[in-house]
Amino acid sequence: MKEGFRQAMAWLHTWAGLIFGWLLFAIFLTGTLAYFKDEISHWMQPEIPARSVTSEASLTVAQHYLQQHAAGASRWLIDLPDAREPGLSVRWQQTPTKRGERGQFTEKLLDPQTGAEVQGRETTGGEFFYRFHFQLQMPYPWGRWLSTIAAMVMFVALISGIITHKKIFKDFFTFRPRKGQRSWLDGHNAVGVLVLPFHLMITYSSLVIFMSMVMPASILASYNGDVRAFFDDVFPQSATPELSGKPATLAPMAPLLDRAREQWSGGNVGRLTVNNPGDANASVVLVRDSADRVVHDFGSAVTFNGVTGQLLGSTPAQSLPRAIAGSFYGLHMGRFADPVLRWLYFICGLAGTAMIGTGLVIWLGKRQLKHVKSGVMPFELRLVEVLNIASMSGLMIAVAAFFWANRVLPVAMAGRADWEVNSFFIVWGLSVLHAMFRRGRAAWVEQLALAALLFGAVPLLNAVTTPYHLGMTLARGDWAMAGFDLTCLGSGVFFAWAAWKMQRAGQVETVARQRVQPIGLEQEAR
Amino acid sequence: MKVLPVSYRLTVTSRVLAAVLGGYVVAALASVSLSLWVPMARADAVVTGMMTSFLAYLGVVIWCFACRTAWRAWLGVIVPSLVLAALSGLAYWMGRS
Repeated sequence: MKEGFRQAMAWLHTWAGLIFGWLLFAIFLTGTLAYFKDEISHWMQPEIPARSVTSEASLTVAQHYLQQHAAGASRWLIDLPDAREPGLSVRWQQTPTKRGERGQFTEKLLDPQTGAEVQGRETTGGEFFYRFHFQLQMPYPWGRWLSTIAAMVMFVALISGIITHKKIFKDFFTFRPRKGQRSWLDGHNAVGVLVLPFHLMITYSSLVIFMSMVMPASILASYNGDVRAFFDDVFPQSATPELSGKPATLAPMAPLLDRAREQWSGGNVGRLTVNNPGDANASVVLVRDSADRVVHDFGSAVTFNGVTGQLLGSTPAQSLPRAIAGSFYGLHMGRFADPVLRWLYFICGLAGTAMIGTGLVIWLGKRQLKHVKSGVMPFELRLVEVLNIASMSGLMIAVAAFFWANRVLPVAMAGRADWEVNSFFIVWGLSVLHAMFRRGRAAWVEQLALAALLFGAVPLLNAVTTPYHLGMTLARGDWAMAGFDLTCLGSGVFFAWAAWKMQRAGQVETVARQRVQPIGLEQEAR
Repeated sequence: MKVLPVSYRLTVTSRVLAAVLGGYVVAALASVSLSLWVPMARADAVVTGMMTSFLAYLGVVIWCFACRTAWRAWLGVIVPSLVLAALSGLAYWMGRS
């Protein structure tokens, strides 16, 4: 740490990367999975049929249902189905019995074609990965804070890594396979540099997403401590008219969709809120679908009178700084991405995960070499080894266990959604125990082999437990369902290959051990 | 692995504290003075200040580990903090009157 600038940055990169590496690996992997959150939910709730109906037809179905079942509610919320999320969700809020209280919410899923209630199996689905990615299964707001701190460390590690890596573009074309430690470093550099713009974007945007939580000083200074006033400025909400007390019939809402599209010169409606349905002062708020554009605009909406159809107002256009913040948000979430771009997001996310994983392996490998001759590993290295194994291969097994639990637990079981999540954490915990009791390489091989088995067998499991096997989903063109099965199969093959490589490298290593020279970042930096 | 001397560990701890805590203070003050000085609507100025504050944080962290001694690390935290605090105070006072 006392030598040149680059050495100092190498030191910073090494230690920041090590201490937060395990957490960041889990954050990156679950975040990558969250890009396919709707598709994962679809696989985990196969009972909900994918239909292709227009927004107008879905909305008519929803309005009909709500008028029959929730006529007296104070508010209706309708989430329209789209290509990725097949369910038509309706929620309504009971008029509170006492003033100032919040009314009870009821939620139902409807088949957008028939209007019948659909009962999917109870599951958190892809939402689990999405939530874990930034809440880390911790109570609010601790998980968000911890994940944002991890993002800041990631940012520091990225920039210090770039500074360390002098010959960044030349080295990118260098890959020396089958050279042990050297190959890991080349791989780390390649996945780091190849998708560097993605890494920078995803890391900085995660800071921007939670900036008002972690960096509120300027809000407090400019608004004299009135945080609410700031949010009212940033997310303007059109005022909704008061209850008039005179009953009136709500006009059909489907034509409003076209009028909202006119307002946005061709966007789509994602959600509708109906305030005071059945009253003369009913108002309909149409919120724009966030999959429409890259730049995310919170609460971009138009409001109509529900009875007369008169336009009551629309949210103003975003200012430039807010549009920049909105594009960070939009780029991070990737909701606008079509299937090809979504897969690109997924691959970039995997590259980020791999960059963190290879970094952890390099840290340990470099230090292990010094203890090869004595054969005794100091406690701290053994600790890093156990954490490496459990945080990488153990996490993969836990993800597979989560999918298996969805199919194996009885559909009608009470609290099954919780038990799916519990199985994830129980299996992850077991992987820590396993890594503690087995020697390093054996633990890697066994866990990777188990992951290969669990993932590879997912299509079979799906075929045995549901009627939605690959032959049927491929024939019907249900790409989300078939794609999930095939991706699991592909992951299974990959883990099998990794387990086999690990096994073989172990045999070669015992022969070549004496010849390997330690290669490290500090040397690289000179 | 050689046992590192206690003095080395202490300077590393000192630098880490300067980087993590001092960096946050500098970033927060940078966001405040930027949001008070940029000629924009209040909400936009605040958003701009918050968005760029993480760059200031990064800069401080890099400085704290790149400079020659731990004392210089703290100097690199305290001087910008004072300057930014003065700038913010000036803008705040001008906005009041």
